[in-house]
Amino acid sequence: MTDEPLLRVSALSKFYGSRVGCDNVSFDLWPGEVLAVVGESGSGKTTLLNCLSTRLLPSSGTASYRMRDGQFRELYRMSEAERRFLMRTDWGFVHQNPADGLRMTVSAGANVGERLMAVGDRHYGKIRATAVDWLSRVEIEEDRIDDEPRAFSGGMRQRLQIARNLVTGPRLVFMDEPTGGLDVSVQARLLDLLRGLVTDLGLAAIVVTHDLAVARLLSQRMMVMKDGRVVESGLTDRVLDDPRAPYTQLLVSSILQV
Amino acid sequence: MPTPLVVSDVAKSFTMHLRDGIKLPVVAGVSFSIKAGECTVLGGPSGAGKSSILKMLYGNYAVDEGQIIVKHEDGLVDLAHASPRTVLAIRRQTIGYVSQFLRTVPRVSALDVVAEPLVERGEEREAARGKARALLARLNLPEKLWALPPATFSGGEQQRVNIARGFITGHPILLLDEPTASLDATNRDVVIELIAAKKAAGVALLGIFHDHEVREAVADRVIDVTAFAPGKLAA
Repeated sequence: MTDEPLLRVSALSKFYGSRVGCDNVSFDLWPGEVLAVVGESGSGKTTLLNCLSTRLLPSSGTASYRMRDGQFRELYRMSEAERRFLMRTDWGFVHQNPADGLRMTVSAGANVGERLMAVGDRHYGKIRATAVDWLSRVEIEEDRIDDEPRAFSGGMRQRLQIARNLVTGPRLVFMDEPTGGLDVSVQARLLDLLRGLVTDLGLAAIVVTHDLAVARLLSQRMMVMKDGRVVESGLTDRVLDDPRAPYTQLLVSSILQV
Repeated sequence: MPTPLVVSDVAKSFTMHLRDGIKLPVVAGVSFSIKAGECTVLGGPSGAGKSSILKMLYGNYAVDEGQIIVKHEDGLVDLAHASPRTVLAIRRQTIGYVSQFLRTVPRVSALDVVAEPLVERGEEREAARGKARALLARLNLPEKLWALPPATFSGGEQQRVNIARGFITGHPILLLDEPTASLDATNRDVVIELIAAKKAAGVALLGIFHDHEVREAVADRVIDVTAFAPGKLAA
C-alpha cells in the first residue's frame, strides 16, 4: 500500500451558466479503492465523473493524478494529447450504454485488441491471445471473438466493454451506471465479475450509480450527492447503515425490500 | 494484560430527519476497555444498545461523542474520528467482526467468503482456501456446500460460514454479535472452543451472547450496558 493517493480532487465545481452541475467537491482516492458516487438523476454525479475523467472541463477547482513515475500532474493543465494518452492507457471508462464505449462494427477481438495497439503492442498473435484471455475473463466464449458486438446481448456487450477497458492494465477506472439497463440476473453476474476483477487487479475505481445495492457491493467508500453538492460521505457500510444527512436517510429508506 | 481497545465517554443517538428530526438517544457515557486474552461480554436486555456499541467499535455506526482508542499497527488511533481509509486498514489488520447475519454476495462460494479476509491481508489464495476448508470442517459444514454461494443456506449454515470468516484471521481484537444464536449444541460447543483458542492466542474478544450457557462458558467479565442508558449519565 502506498501512502500517497492516486487522485486528489479539490474544490471542483462545474456550472452550466447559472445552473450548478457540481459544486465544491473534494476528495482523495487511493490505489485499490472503489468510491461510489450516488444520488438521483440530476444530482451532478455524472457531471462530476465527466470532469474527473476530463471529458468535461470544470469551471473551477483542481484534480491531480499521480502518474506512473510517481509525479502528480494537474489534469486540467495537461495538453489534450496527454489527456487522451492517459485515457487510452492508464484509465478506463465504462459507459452505461456499451455502444458508447465500444466500436459496434468491428469484431469483439478487435475491440479489445485496439486498446492494446494504442499502448504499442504490434504482435498480432500476442494481441489475439491476450484478447482471448480477456474475453474468457469476462465470460465470453472464445468462438465469439470474431463476432461484432452488434450481435451480442446487452449483458455481453457490457462485459466486452469492461474487457476493452481493463486489457491495458489501467490504474483508474471510471464507471457510469455500469449495470444500468440490464436485467437483474445479468446485473448480478456483472457485479460479481466487476467485484472480482477490481479486487484481483487492485484497481481504483469511481462508480456512479443511483443503485445503493450496487454501491454496497462494489465500493468501500461512498459520496452522496444532491443538487451538485456532496451531502454525506464516508465508509459505504457506515453511510448505508447509519445515514446522517436527511437526503441520505430518504434514499436509504426508499430502498424496496425483497 | 495489554488493553488494545479503550472506549471513553462514547455517546450515540439517531436523528430521524424523516420524522421531524426526532432524536433517539441510544447510549451515553460508554466507557470501558477490553484486555488481550480475555472475552468481555456486553450484557443487558434487547434495545439497551449492545449491538450499537459493537457497530461503533467496527466503524459501522458513526459516533456522536467520545473516543475509541485502538492499538493499530505501532500506534494508537481514535476510531471515532478516523478517516474511512484508516477504518478500512483497522478492519483489515486489527479488528475482526462476526456479524449477526451473513451478507451474501451473488456467486461467491462459501469457501471464498471465508478465505477472503486472509486474501485481503495478503495471504496467497490457495493457502487461504486451505485454512478455510479446515475451519468449515471443524464447524461441521457439509463439504458439498463449500463450493456453493451461501445465499441459499439455512440460517445455521450461514452463521457457521460467518463465524469461520471472522475466526480465520489473526486479528488482535474480535467483535462477536451473537455468533451462536442459530446454532445447535454441537456447533455451539465448537464456537466455545474456538473462542477459548483465541483467548489463549492473546486475542481481545468482545461479544454479545444471549445464550446463557455460552456466556457462562466464555465470559471473563460482563459489562452491563444498562449503565450507559442516556438518562443515567448524571448518576
